[in-house]
Amino acid sequence: MIQEKALIFELSHPGRIAYSLPELDVPALDAASVIPASMLRSEPAALPEVYEVDVIRHYTELSRRNFGVDNGFYPLGSCTMKYNPKVNEDVARYAGFAKIHPYQPEESIQGALELLYQLQVDLAGLTGMDAVTLQPAAGAHGEWTGLMMIRAYHESRGEHRDKVIVPDSSHGTNPASASVAGLQTITIPSTDKGLVDLDALRAAVGSDTAALMLTNPNTLGLFEEQIQEIAAIVHEAGGLLYYDGANSNAIMGITRPGDMGFDVVHLNLHKTMSTPHGGGGPGAGPVGVKSLLVPFLPRPFVSKTEHGAFTLEGGNDQSIGRVKAYYGNFGILVRAYTYMRSYGPEGLRRVSECAVLNANYMMKRLEPYFDVPYPGICKHEFVMSGTPLKQYGIRTLDVAKRLLDFGYHPPTIYFPLNVEECMMIEPTETESKDTLDAFIDTMIQIAKEAEEQPELLLNAPYDTPVTRLDETTAARKPVLNCACS
Amino acid sequence: MTEQDQQDMLKTVGVNSIEELFKDIPEEIRFKGELPVSKGLDEYALTSHLSALAAKNANTDQYPSFLGAGLYDHHVPSVINHVVSRSEFYTAYTPYQPEVSQGELQAIFEFQSYICELTGMAVANASMYDGATALAEAGSLASAATKRSKLVVSTAVHPESRQVLLAYAHGLGLEIIEVGTKNGVTDMDELAKAIADDTAAVLVQNPNFFGSIEDLASIGELVHAQKGLMIVSTNPISLGLLEAPGKLGADIVVGDAQPLGISSSLGGPTCGFFAVSKDHMRRMPGRIVGQTVDRNGKRGFVLTLQAREQHIRREKATSNICSNQALLALCASVYMSVMGKQGMIEVSQLNLQKSHYAAKRLADVPGVTMPFTSPYFNEFVVKLPDGVSASAVNSKLLKEGFLGGYDLGRSYPELEGHMLIAVTERRTKEQIDQFASRLEGCL
Repeated sequence: MIQEKALIFELSHPGRIAYSLPELDVPALDAASVIPASMLRSEPAALPEVYEVDVIRHYTELSRRNFGVDNGFYPLGSCTMKYNPKVNEDVARYAGFAKIHPYQPEESIQGALELLYQLQVDLAGLTGMDAVTLQPAAGAHGEWTGLMMIRAYHESRGEHRDKVIVPDSSHGTNPASASVAGLQTITIPSTDKGLVDLDALRAAVGSDTAALMLTNPNTLGLFEEQIQEIAAIVHEAGGLLYYDGANSNAIMGITRPGDMGFDVVHLNLHKTMSTPHGGGGPGAGPVGVKSLLVPFLPRPFVSKTEHGAFTLEGGNDQSIGRVKAYYGNFGILVRAYTYMRSYGPEGLRRVSECAVLNANYMMKRLEPYFDVPYPGICKHEFVMSGTPLKQYGIRTLDVAKRLLDFGYHPPTIYFPLNVEECMMIEPTETESKDTLDAFIDTMIQIAKEAEEQPELLLNAPYDTPVTRLDETTAARKPVLNCACS
Repeated sequence: MTEQDQQDMLKTVGVNSIEELFKDIPEEIRFKGELPVSKGLDEYALTSHLSALAAKNANTDQYPSFLGAGLYDHHVPSVINHVVSRSEFYTAYTPYQPEVSQGELQAIFEFQSYICELTGMAVANASMYDGATALAEAGSLASAATKRSKLVVSTAVHPESRQVLLAYAHGLGLEIIEVGTKNGVTDMDELAKAIADDTAAVLVQNPNFFGSIEDLASIGELVHAQKGLMIVSTNPISLGLLEAPGKLGADIVVGDAQPLGISSSLGGPTCGFFAVSKDHMRRMPGRIVGQTVDRNGKRGFVLTLQAREQHIRREKATSNICSNQALLALCASVYMSVMGKQGMIEVSQLNLQKSHYAAKRLADVPGVTMPFTSPYFNEFVVKLPDGVSASAVNSKLLKEGFLGGYDLGRSYPELEGHMLIAVTERRTKEQIDQFASRLEGCL
């Protein structure tokens, strides 16, 4: 095995230090005099011993081996990798936001509570819901929170409803969240137009239906035009409608889940509101509900007193309880609030318009070279299929790997599951026409390469720190830490 | 986008206006008028507005803090912000394309290694939302692994973690049995009675919510005798001094990495960690990074064991977690890199020494007593004079420029008038002395 980049543990030399700690200005005390020996550490943790410059060089080198939105175009479908405005980062680091404790006296965190309150109000306005909880730490966490409220609602009415219906193109988190909420999933097929099959839906609903989970626009980038009829079918059966907000970037100011008939909605603030994805978190997944679900909201939430002060309320007896320690990912909520305030009502609508125009432009230009299974207009993302390249022995994975050589992050691949050799592309509103054109030209070139020199694609990438990795061995013989001790 | 670009693009698409791109949205559900959200601000007005909001909060740089209760005021080395501010880290997505994500993947692999070293466990994941959800997911894992549905939890576990556990348990149909405390630690007699052959796991916290150190070895023996699991939630800073839970019989170790270089931010985002013994590797929730080789035999890292995860297994997944707290796991890794072997011991010692000094000073305040005699780490309980409300004292302390301790009456009615005091390496002797004298004045 060639070990090109060292692990930090491999840089260790006994006696080197990078830390600087406050002095001991109180009488020294031997731990063994106040804690029984059996509870004290028998041997120190084998952490690396390095200098500060080693730490900085190590992580700087790691950062150079990582691709972020600031490095280049990142059209990862359904992830909404838009540019993250820098002002959001500055604001979140203000001491008055970063260095406060949730158990401080309420009078000493009024600014933070005011921000949370206003964000609750603004997100309710954006989604057309009656109340919003900011507690969930991620989209999937929000899904589970929403489903737990739906479950509690049905239980409060003495009804036993334990089935959640999802389309076959749904996000994997939907069925997983249902399962963690103690509910069973029924998957229904999509029509050949990529939309919910109303007959299949009618056949699936019944007295055991807890909810239908839907994203709209859906994971194929298509708006469910029959949403009002869908809502009627589910509501008539006594079920509720859950909106997976993963694709909200397409509809801000144009339509609202609350107006479409949804009872619950979660938003992924790390997508729609530009909070950075952080290499896989932290996110935030606030959940909005219609009034019928307000009694079930997690506790606590922020409210405003008649004197204009902000206060945390314990919530109702019917509350599903607490879904996360403290009040949510506050630092992320600060960034999201900052983003929303930098756009305002008109700006947010413009964001969605530009995101949708960018997606349609790309789809139109790429259509002649790849298979577009659902032509027409799309919303903020679209799917293409790499099947035309199969005749040359090229799969979508190979196209993705070749894109890396051109300095692009590939689209989402092999999702949704109901499209063969799928590529899901989401350009977002923050990309210029020039960027889109350059990417499109590259895709066209790769399609030509597939035909003329398929070997080139099969061996890609060339210009990355490592080539294709052996994922099978990684899973069969897992090496999950450096086992340094 | 410019007007010209817009026109060119519309032409290519073959529509006359942006509105046409939304013709698939039925008229009746179109939003009319102006969105009811706050109005937009230019960058200068925006930062002024947010500065003003921030200024309304008392921050711990200005107000020496004796508040802990799960979130601590530790020194955050400067290096950390410089590393996590590198946009290659913070603007990246989950590392689905390993060739261009080796930085993130290796950083997570190192995080997993650090957590295993500290906790004494075989395998750790790439992080959880926070310590509370990590504990709840540990309960879920234990139930699945033992095929039992009863969880015994000590009331010395963080009250909010227990609330989260309760919410998750309700979803999964698990039963929670709470066991009380004696002298600031889990009541061993009560615990012994609560554990039976249908117990999936015992969940404890060490140091516990009162700062006291639990007898993990004995708790482990009790639950293992019934073939249940021991789940330990721990404060990673304490592990510089305290024995690794893995060596005391823990089957699952979780906790919140906030003390490792993460700001308190009103309680979020922090970072949960999750480590298990080898037997439970394939039941672990969340992302895991593994080492492998590329086509040239070069070492590299990938997301692995994904068959457990929601995007592959859907409703049969071990958990629904998708995004985790990768950037904050990076903070914790950088912290541990800076501290190293010796620094972790030293910071742990400083916490112990300063908190024990503070306890002596506060116990000298007339009317203030120490109700528990169990060994403790950097946090301890004091009882205020009879009839004195902890929250009223805290409001007075705030006016004196201090953030007082946690009012235990909030979660433990029987501990009304008790305060939980946290003392980290950041508290100077002078601050501790002043705090003790101000407290005296506020009683």
